[in-house]
Amino acid sequence: MNSTLPDYKQMMSPEVRDRFARLVRRPVIMETRNLFKEFPTSSGKNQIVLKDISFQVHQREFLSIIGPSGCGKSTLIRILAGLETATSGEILLDGKPVVAPGAERGMVFQKYTLFPWLTVCRNVMFGLESIGKDRDTAENIALQWLDIIGLARYADYYPGQLSGGMQQRVAIARALAPQPRVLLMDEPFGALDAQTRTQMQNYLLEVWRNIDITIIFVTHDLDEAVYLSDRILALKANPGEINELIEVPLPRPRRSRMLLEPEFLATREHIDKLIRPPVKREDECEFKVVNMVGDKTFL
Amino acid sequence: MMKMQNVGCFAIRKKLTRRQEYILLFLSFALPLLLWCLVSYVPFLYHPLVRVTDAGDSFLCAPGDLIERSAFEEENRELASSGGKIMRGERANPAYLPAPHQVARSLVTAFLTPPRRDGEAWFHESIGHSIRIVFLGFLISSLFGVPLGILCGTFPFFERLIEPFIEFFRYFPAPVFATLCVAILGINDAPKIAIIFIGTFFQQLPMVANTTRSADGALIEAAQTLGASRRRILMKVIIPSVLPRLYKDMRILLGWAWTYLIVAEVVGTSSGISWFINQQAKYRDFSNVYAAIIIIGCIGLFCDMFLAWFGRQIFPWESKHKGIFYRAAEEIFGPRDQVFSIVLSKEERRKRDEQHSA
Repeated sequence: MNSTLPDYKQMMSPEVRDRFARLVRRPVIMETRNLFKEFPTSSGKNQIVLKDISFQVHQREFLSIIGPSGCGKSTLIRILAGLETATSGEILLDGKPVVAPGAERGMVFQKYTLFPWLTVCRNVMFGLESIGKDRDTAENIALQWLDIIGLARYADYYPGQLSGGMQQRVAIARALAPQPRVLLMDEPFGALDAQTRTQMQNYLLEVWRNIDITIIFVTHDLDEAVYLSDRILALKANPGEINELIEVPLPRPRRSRMLLEPEFLATREHIDKLIRPPVKREDECEFKVVNMVGDKTFL
Repeated sequence: MMKMQNVGCFAIRKKLTRRQEYILLFLSFALPLLLWCLVSYVPFLYHPLVRVTDAGDSFLCAPGDLIERSAFEEENRELASSGGKIMRGERANPAYLPAPHQVARSLVTAFLTPPRRDGEAWFHESIGHSIRIVFLGFLISSLFGVPLGILCGTFPFFERLIEPFIEFFRYFPAPVFATLCVAILGINDAPKIAIIFIGTFFQQLPMVANTTRSADGALIEAAQTLGASRRRILMKVIIPSVLPRLYKDMRILLGWAWTYLIVAEVVGTSSGISWFINQQAKYRDFSNVYAAIIIIGCIGLFCDMFLAWFGRQIFPWESKHKGIFYRAAEEIFGPRDQVFSIVLSKEERRKRDEQHSA
């Protein structure tokens, strides 16, 4: 329906083009080389979930990973976090290979994974204490973080007493407090309602703008990916492999009104075509309204 | 059109008012008591026997005897035909079915009556002895069962090493070890504690292991990505996350330990509350038997109410359904977060706010 939209690549302003030129000159923070992941199946044949994934993330970049369901995007980010191991290939963080989970790669999950038995402040302190900060230092840093996310008032609340959006803000603060090199986010706003989701997106951009952090963000929401990211890694399903790396032609800082601008719509349209699975004939069923009541007044 | 139905108290899964709940709590005890009163005090409902008040000329019966109604009538017919003075009696229940007031009286007199023979235990001494045995058996079992269970639930290595044997051993009924325990540990308290240990430990370990395995994997992963060490994940994530459920398991297991008490107490020298019950049954003083049973039940109930209430104090983040007995306990011991709380006090919070603003 938006076939009148021009190609998104042509819409990039010189400023944005310049931004990307600077971006790729920044140091590479995280890199994957020829990553493969296979799962054994009951039939004995291994199913290839990720096939030959190679990409680089530069310092302070916001990279989204998007793809149809089952393309292995969650598996990919879990491998980056060290929670799962790749069958073959390499993951490098600052040039050093990644083998296990660690504090230098913070992670935010879709489920709010706050520790329910710890107060909000203690939750944020958890990572700091894990990397060897003493209690007082950890508490001071945690309180600063709660200030940044605007939840200082709730320091002594338990997570169960907060709304979903607030809990996810605490989870972000908890992941950022130990100053990771990269923040991995696995559909972090997927469980939130539409309104809170928009708020959280703007809020995340605000935090990202103000600190030195690189973000890898997995989502299945097109608007979210285009609105937030510098570049978007679109995956194919079965097996999951890189389809295209898209540079988003929108300037920074992002504003909600950009959701209606042609640059946004063209990029969205382009990715939509990329990741929408080809429709098979048997899926194209026709819906017929059947009059179940047998009563003319129903029609 | 759907009509809103007024179903009152019988709405499906709809919460009752507090007043209704207390009325129902009262009724759930009052109704069985009422049934007992009817059977005890209304002669034509049950009363299958006759208590002889005046034996007349009978050689077979004496005043105070309890005999079958048919036997009583037979004897009287014979006495009447032989011209003797007939017996008089009133309808009565068997000795094992005392009336509520007799049991109520025994609840007090059981404590006040000295033992029939020197050197035997008073009632309160018997209860104290029983509580001590249960407590020691349960404590020793928990000292081993809880840490081992947590290890099995956390590390598949220990799970495979320990649990198969425990699962196998679990099927031996604890009482079959009674004679062995006496042979090894003598006849005093030691074999009794051992029986409770055997009965509890082999259930406790798999239960604790299962509960530990139910720890939320997402929380463990979150801790891993925050750089927590293995030790820190075990101590600060796995254990705290299952602690409320472990506590609940312990409450259930304590109930089991009480069950094994009755077996344990007849092992070696008979002792404690079941000795008291056996003794009173021998004297055919069944009101004391009922009193003792009711007291055991009350100890168990109050113990559990207290533990439920205490659990809420130490796990303030858990706010699930509050049972009626829990609420009653709350009214007795005080509401949550007031007596003992791990949340910062107002004073501490103020101090920290000052620090923060400085």
